[in-house]
Amino acid sequence: MRKLEGSSERLLESRSNRTVTIEAQRTMNITEKILAASSERDVVKPGEIVEAKVDMAMINEITGPLAIQTFKKIGTEKVWDNQRIVLVLDHQVPADSVKSAELHKIMRAFAKEQNIPLLYDVGDGGVCHQVMIEKGHVRPGELIVGADSHTCTYGALGAFATGIGSTEMAAVFAAGELWLRVPSAIRIIATGSFHKFVTPKDLILRIIGQIGADGAIYKAVEFAGPGIDNMSVSGRLTMCNMAVEMGAKTGIVNPDDLALEYVKNRTNKSFKTFRSDLNAAYEKTFEFNVDNLEPQVACPPSVDNVKPIKDVEGVVINQAFLGSCTNGRLEDLKLAAEFLEGRRIKRGVRLLVTPASQEVYLQALENGLLEIFVKAGAYVCNPTCGACFGGHMGLLAPGEVCISSSNRNFVGRMGSPEAEIYLASPAAVAVSALAGKIVDPRSFSEA
Amino acid sequence: MEVSGKAVIFGDNVNTDVIIPSKYLTSLDPLEMAKHAMEGLDPIFAKKAQNGVIIVAGRNFGCGSSREQAPIALKYAGVKCILVESFARIFYRNAINIGLPLFERTGISKDIEEGDILTIILEEGKVVNRTKGQTLYASKLPDFILEIIKDGGLIEHLKK
Repeated sequence: MRKLEGSSERLLESRSNRTVTIEAQRTMNITEKILAASSERDVVKPGEIVEAKVDMAMINEITGPLAIQTFKKIGTEKVWDNQRIVLVLDHQVPADSVKSAELHKIMRAFAKEQNIPLLYDVGDGGVCHQVMIEKGHVRPGELIVGADSHTCTYGALGAFATGIGSTEMAAVFAAGELWLRVPSAIRIIATGSFHKFVTPKDLILRIIGQIGADGAIYKAVEFAGPGIDNMSVSGRLTMCNMAVEMGAKTGIVNPDDLALEYVKNRTNKSFKTFRSDLNAAYEKTFEFNVDNLEPQVACPPSVDNVKPIKDVEGVVINQAFLGSCTNGRLEDLKLAAEFLEGRRIKRGVRLLVTPASQEVYLQALENGLLEIFVKAGAYVCNPTCGACFGGHMGLLAPGEVCISSSNRNFVGRMGSPEAEIYLASPAAVAVSALAGKIVDPRSFSEA
Repeated sequence: MEVSGKAVIFGDNVNTDVIIPSKYLTSLDPLEMAKHAMEGLDPIFAKKAQNGVIIVAGRNFGCGSSREQAPIALKYAGVKCILVESFARIFYRNAINIGLPLFERTGISKDIEEGDILTIILEEGKVVNRTKGQTLYASKLPDFILEIIKDGGLIEHLKK
C-alpha cells in the first residue's frame, strides 16, 4: 500500500512535470510573457483575465488628484509601496491658474504624506513619459501603469505599459495590482531603411492610417523587423507612444542591446528581460516597407486621416508646435534645427518649441539648439505638455491652423473646436514654419 | 436592475477631448464636470441630459486620453447608459469603475434613432426600444463587471 502510494505520488509528480514541460513549450510573445510573470503564471493566453502585480505606477496633476481623492475614500492609510509610485507635474506647469496650483498642491501634499520620494515638481522633470524613461523608472520586463493614455510609450524599452483611469489607480495605490485581460497581439514588421527626412513619426502615422483609429482596440501592437532594429530609442518611443491612437492597449518592442544600454545607463535596479518566441502567435501581422515611405501627415479631424504630406502642401498655417511626449526629444529638436539654422520662420507664423524635459532642455541648450530656435523666431517654452494638451498655453483661435509634432488632432484638442490640427514629423513642422504653409521636408531640402 | 432614458445619437470615434475639453480638467467637482459634458460636440448636451438620457454611438467611443473626468461628466450630467458599436479600452474601464453601465452591439447606431425611449436591463444586456416596440440584445457584461456597476463603482464594490 505504502509502495503504491509512493508510486502514485511519483506518477502525479511526473505528470505535473510533464504538464509544466508541455505548457512551457507553448510559445508566447513578449506581452504574454510579461503578463505571465507579473501574475505568477507559467503561461497566459489572449482573452484570459489575470491579476497582475504592478512594478511602477505613475500619475500626473490632471489625473492624479482624482486618484488621490479616490484613494482616500478606500480608507487604506498607506500606499502599497512608496518607492513604486511616481508623481509628475507636467500638463499645466508652471501653474496658470489658482485651480491648477491647487492640483499641484494636492500632488505635493500626497507625496509628503505618503513619503513618496519620486515627485517631479516644476523644474525637476518635464512631460511625465519622458521623465519616466530618462529617470530610469522604466525597465524591460516590468508591468507599468500610468494614469495617462500615452503610458504605452514605455513599450519601446520592452516593458508592458498601459494607461488606466484615476479610480483604478487609486485601487493600485492601495493593493499594488489590477486585473488585466491578456490582449491578442498584432505584429508590425518594418523592413527597409528610411530616406533622409523620413522619420519614425511618418512610419507610425502611415501605420495608423492603414490600421485605423480603432484598428487595434484592446490589442498589443508589437513593432519588429530591421526598420525597428536600426531605429534609435527615441524613434521607438515615438512609435510606441502613438500605439494608443489606433486603440492599442500597448505598443512594445523586444528589447535589444540598444534598449538595454539605454536602460542600464539610467538605473541600477535589476530587471528581467523578455523577448517574443520566434514562433509566437499573433492575431495579424502587417509588413511596412520603409524604403518607399514618404513624409506623412494626419489631417483634421482624426489621427487616422493620414495622407502623404505632398498631397496637402500649400495649406496655410498660423502655428507650428514642436514638442510633446511623441516628438519633444533631443533627436527631434536636432532634426528641426537642421532646417531652422540660419533661417527665419515666416512672418505671421508662431513656432512653439517645447523640450519634453529639463534634461532635453539642458541638452538643447548645450548643443546650441535653443539659440538656433530663438534666432529663427521660434518661441522656446518650458518643458510641459503645453500646446499639445490644449489646457494652458499655445491655444488656437477659431479658424486657425496648426501643424504639430504631437499625437492628437481631435476637434478642439489644442483650443477652439473650429481650429484645425495637422500632425507630422519635427522636420515637417520646421519647414512648414519657415514657409508659412505645409511643406514636404524633401522638397524644401531640394529647393 | 434597469435604466431608462431618451436616446441621444453620436457618431464614430467620439474622443474624450470632446466629451470634456482639457480646459475643464482643473475641477474635482463632478457637478462642475457635468456642466461641460459633450461640450466639444454639442454645447447644450448637459441641458438635454438632465432628465436622463442613453448615449447611442458608433465605433471607438471614448478614444483618446485616460481622463476619468469623461465618464464622470457624462454620469453626473444624466447619462444612464452608453450603447455603442465598440469602446476604447481606457474609457470602458473607467466607466465601469465609476459605475456607468455600458454595452457593445454591432450595428446599434443604425437600429436606434434620436429621441427613442429605451429601457436597458443590465443583467441581460437587453435593450427595449419603447418607441419602436423593438428588443435588441447587446453583449452581456461579465458577472464581476456587472457587480462593480451595480455597486456604483469600483470603490463602493471594494468596500463591500
